[in-house]
Amino acid sequence: MRGTPLLLGLTLAAIAATAAYAAGPDLGAVQQAATNWPAIGMFLFFVLMTLGITYKAAKGTKSAADFYAAGGGISAGTNALAIAGDYMSAASFLGISGLVYTSGFDGLIYSTGFLVGWPIVLFLIAERLRNLGKFTFADVASFRLDQTSIRIISATGTLVVVAFYLIAQMVGAGKLIQLLFGLPYLYAVVIVGVLMIVYVAFGGMKATTWVQVIKACLLLGGATFMAGAVLYSYGFNPEILFKKAVDVHPKGDAIMAPGGLVSNPVEAISLGVGLMFGTAGLPHILMRFFTVSDAQAARKSVFYATGLIGYFYILTFIIGFGGIALLMSDPSYFKLGAAGTFDKLKDMIGGTNMVAVNLANAVGGPYFLGFISAVAFATILAVVAGLTLAGASAVSHDLYAQVIARGRTTETAEVRLSKIAAVFIGIVAIVLGYIFENQNVAFMVGLAFSVAASCNFPVLAMSILWRGTTTWGALTGGLVGLVAAVTMVVLSKAVWVTTLGHAAALFPYDNPALFSMPLAFATIWLVSLMDRSRRAQRERAAFEAQFVRSETGIGASGAHAH
Amino acid sequence: MSGSTVGGLGGRVTPIGVAGADTVDPHLERIARTPEFQQLVHERTRFGWILTGLMLVVYFGFIGLIAFDKSVMAIKVGGGTASLGLFLGVFVILFAFLLTGIYVARANTRFDALSDALHRKVRQ
Repeated sequence: MRGTPLLLGLTLAAIAATAAYAAGPDLGAVQQAATNWPAIGMFLFFVLMTLGITYKAAKGTKSAADFYAAGGGISAGTNALAIAGDYMSAASFLGISGLVYTSGFDGLIYSTGFLVGWPIVLFLIAERLRNLGKFTFADVASFRLDQTSIRIISATGTLVVVAFYLIAQMVGAGKLIQLLFGLPYLYAVVIVGVLMIVYVAFGGMKATTWVQVIKACLLLGGATFMAGAVLYSYGFNPEILFKKAVDVHPKGDAIMAPGGLVSNPVEAISLGVGLMFGTAGLPHILMRFFTVSDAQAARKSVFYATGLIGYFYILTFIIGFGGIALLMSDPSYFKLGAAGTFDKLKDMIGGTNMVAVNLANAVGGPYFLGFISAVAFATILAVVAGLTLAGASAVSHDLYAQVIARGRTTETAEVRLSKIAAVFIGIVAIVLGYIFENQNVAFMVGLAFSVAASCNFPVLAMSILWRGTTTWGALTGGLVGLVAAVTMVVLSKAVWVTTLGHAAALFPYDNPALFSMPLAFATIWLVSLMDRSRRAQRERAAFEAQFVRSETGIGASGAHAH
Repeated sequence: MSGSTVGGLGGRVTPIGVAGADTVDPHLERIARTPEFQQLVHERTRFGWILTGLMLVVYFGFIGLIAFDKSVMAIKVGGGTASLGLFLGVFVILFAFLLTGIYVARANTRFDALSDALHRKVRQ
């Protein structure tokens, strides 16, 4: 797999050296691009602005509530933008538009899957989470269960999700910045790591929130402009755009129908389960619900966020089709073969993940290309900042304060530890990003979603919704889900064959959620039923009080209590 | 330890569950027995699960068609280029947004009114 682009790169290196890519910077697959000054300038502006915000946020961050939950004073609209900012990663912007470019309709399978988790979050989780919780979803899951056990399993689930998600983002960031800005891989990874440490350690949730809000506005604005420019080229008639796309695409009319992305029914459904329920178990997303004042605000923020994210996915779809229609017949966006020929699907400069970036150049010129490059970098920064904060909170609030110190700690000590954890996570992320530079990390975001759907979501949902859940049930179920999801992914084709080089996959599907998630739920149910301990009886009896609070918010602290 | 101190944001970090698990607050018990609470929970839970069911049916219907009958998704709509699958995909996105809107509209009016009534009664 990895040999191919390298070989391609070598054979094309000579041509690339002589051919002048006047239309845009050279985004060669393995080469570092020429330094892109407009992009770097705009990115520096973004960094300065966010550092200013971080400085202001740091001055206003005193209590633990300020650090973990921005004092609970974020409005529904702001939180919605921050949720969207957290969720719209560079992977969805560049990856889905690239997928639409190569396969057309298949891109929609991901877009819809990423979106439909939100209604589930709203109907079952959001308000109850706000009513029961404080800073992390472990607060909610352990509300009436044993603090030590439940926080350990929740924090483990959180850290595993954060680790896989972070590695994927760091490696993506390194490669992307190499291509877009012409900076060496290691520089890029270090810049991302250092900035995310600064945002989180100094500015806590306030800075993280505003970084996400700014990024969401930039990304939505940029994508709106691009999709608008594409539609403008075709007289705002999507039908003409589709027709043109079908005409120039090598797969022709097949791009309007499901293709080879999901080869069999089980795979398709398992992917859907993972995407849908994974959203409801992502720790950095769940944490956002504690930043608003009450259940009403939590509810409204999901509604707005669903609208923003849905709108964004429709834009990426138009951008992907715009890429087909506007780029495919223009040789200046491709690495040309000896006879001036090129493969429309394989030879795009920088790879098909660069469709949105190349399209930015096509519709808006080099300065808009610089803008979109800067937005892509900002996008990664915002997502990793959210992940780092979630990881640091799991370490300080769940593992340290409740498990190690058993509640006998001060708020100041806990926040200090959280900042140290953020620095540590940042350094680990830089190191892992460096180690994994040449590894295939594409499966890692999928793995993060699968673990979220198979460990975090079942533990959280069962502890809130089912009276019978006991500590033993939640603990074993969460553990089974976690181990099952990771094992199945390791034994699947993406890791067992592609990364580890074995001949055949031991687990036939790429997505484990269809199996691992029900397994987790069944284990929680069965073990809880069999649990006859005194503690289990107490926990079932304590459901009533938790239930009243989760449904009404009575007993929940006001957000501005400090 | 009762629910009222559980989420206190200020002050020392206090463990939530263990200590208070076997002493159920009589105040909360009383709330749980009020007709307002039971009405609120009954209506909201039912509504939430119905909407969840609708979302599952629509989304897995879409995925099911992709999985089991790709040819249906390729059918052309209105003699143009756009396929049925494309319209269905966009429909799923709009439907998800619409459902959240329906829930929020209902919650802002009906559920909040029930909840306010309950809060007023409890405070007396």
